Amino acid sequence: MAESHKCQICGKPATVHLTQISGGKIHKFDLCDECAHAKGVTDPDGYSVSEANAGKPVAHKHPAGESIVCGVCGITAKDFKKMGHFGCPSCYEYFGPIITPMLEGMHRDIEHRGRQPARSLARLALRKKITLLESVLSDAVAEERFEEAARLRDELGALKDQLQDQIS
Amino acid sequence: MLCGEAEACPVVITTRIRLARNLAGHPFPGWAKEAQRRTVLDLCLGALGGVPQLRGAVTLAMDTLSQTEKLILAESHLISRELMESRPFAGIVTRPEAGCSIMVNEEDHLRIQLMQGGLALEELWERASELDQSMEGRLDYAFSPRLGYLTSCPTNLGTGIRASAMMHLPGLVMKNHIDQLVRMVSQLGIAVRGHLGEGSAAKGSIFQISNQQTLGEDEESIIRRLHNVIDAITEQELNARQCLLEENEPQLMDKIGRARGVLQNGHLLSSDEAMDILSLIRLAADLGLVPSQWRGRADRLMIEAQPGHMQHRVAAELGATRRDVLRAVQMREEFAQLPALTEVTGVANL
Repeated sequence: MAESHKCQICGKPATVHLTQISGGKIHKFDLCDECAHAKGVTDPDGYSVSEANAGKPVAHKHPAGESIVCGVCGITAKDFKKMGHFGCPSCYEYFGPIITPMLEGMHRDIEHRGRQPARSLARLALRKKITLLESVLSDAVAEERFEEAARLRDELGALKDQLQDQIS
Repeated sequence: MLCGEAEACPVVITTRIRLARNLAGHPFPGWAKEAQRRTVLDLCLGALGGVPQLRGAVTLAMDTLSQTEKLILAESHLISRELMESRPFAGIVTRPEAGCSIMVNEEDHLRIQLMQGGLALEELWERASELDQSMEGRLDYAFSPRLGYLTSCPTNLGTGIRASAMMHLPGLVMKNHIDQLVRMVSQLGIAVRGHLGEGSAAKGSIFQISNQQTLGEDEESIIRRLHNVIDAITEQELNARQCLLEENEPQLMDKIGRARGVLQNGHLLSSDEAMDILSLIRLAADLGLVPSQWRGRADRLMIEAQPGHMQHRVAAELGATRRDVLRAVQMREEFAQLPALTEVTGVANL
């Protein structure tokens, strides 16, 4: 007699048995009717084993791409498929695995060859540096390294002036 | 024959360059919550206020405009149909006299758009590029060195540029060559759409020809490729017109003559029918069948006969039948002096 499976989410007898191949690996999964419905198994486009497996959407990158969630705006691969639009600029980092094949069919090449916003990029680098220095400064103050803190404060002031100058 | 002057090159009605840009660290408009859309709108309007190319520009918040006002802006191609239907906290900064408008919180945070009569791709790119650089001095754009300007939809990724020409192609329509044209240019990465852009039908034989791909090539190459395709289409259109005159002269003259009859005697005219008829008058002017000044009038009325402009003119919301009656009255007045067609032997413009 075949082994009886339990739902891997709630432990009730499983009635739905899934096999999914992702990232070259085979994943098997057993679910009861209720959990299968709740996880959207009836919708073949909107389901991934890894989503169900974790009991909640898997954060960030997944080799198959199906279960990716942007760590900044929270948009899911399913949302993207439905709307055809991403949620924020960071989606392009999180959805990397599904973007490249998509871009290959869409554009002439997948590397940007056009102009670059040099001033925008310089300002963004400066802002990052300021944020980093601010955290180092706050550590120095907390640890009463006052000489170092004074030097950092001067450095920060100069960077902020530089940033102000760059906003024409 | 191929040139940059609208008057001398009547096949290209207008040229447009659009750049899609977004701000780093902010969700795209379609996914953003209202408060986030408001932040982006405030940031953008604040920064655009200091851009020299936008001195004297008008700033409009979409939430404060009536449906008719939005319709007029869309019919004048200053905003997209999408912006008309947008969620709260969208806006536009425009200098209509310079053919310049910047939409805020449409599909992307910023859509920079420049438009000009005739074929002027290179000139428009130069202006768009200068404006973009001024804006970049004040706003932190979302950009990746590998993928370029990051956009809400991956179809605009990279350069974010959409260059397009509005072309009047009655010859190719009458010869049934449009499907063939669409197939040919799509292999070159160029799209053919109806005159209102994505998803719209081709009324009045007016088509929008634009680049489909935005990533993997620089802006100048994209524009050069589009320019070559536009030149090739223009040549085909002129050949088709010549062919129609040689092979189907009575049919062509009859079509245009009937169009003149409807303009001077019609009592009900829908905007679709008006577009088709005005298109024939435009063709007649190009072929020298009526004096060339009637082309300008036809072009103007193709915009003014649209529902939003009609309602604005009479300062009232109008039902479809009332609009059709008023449109027919307007055409009877505008074209009362349109002369009978001259003989084809006088055709010299081809």
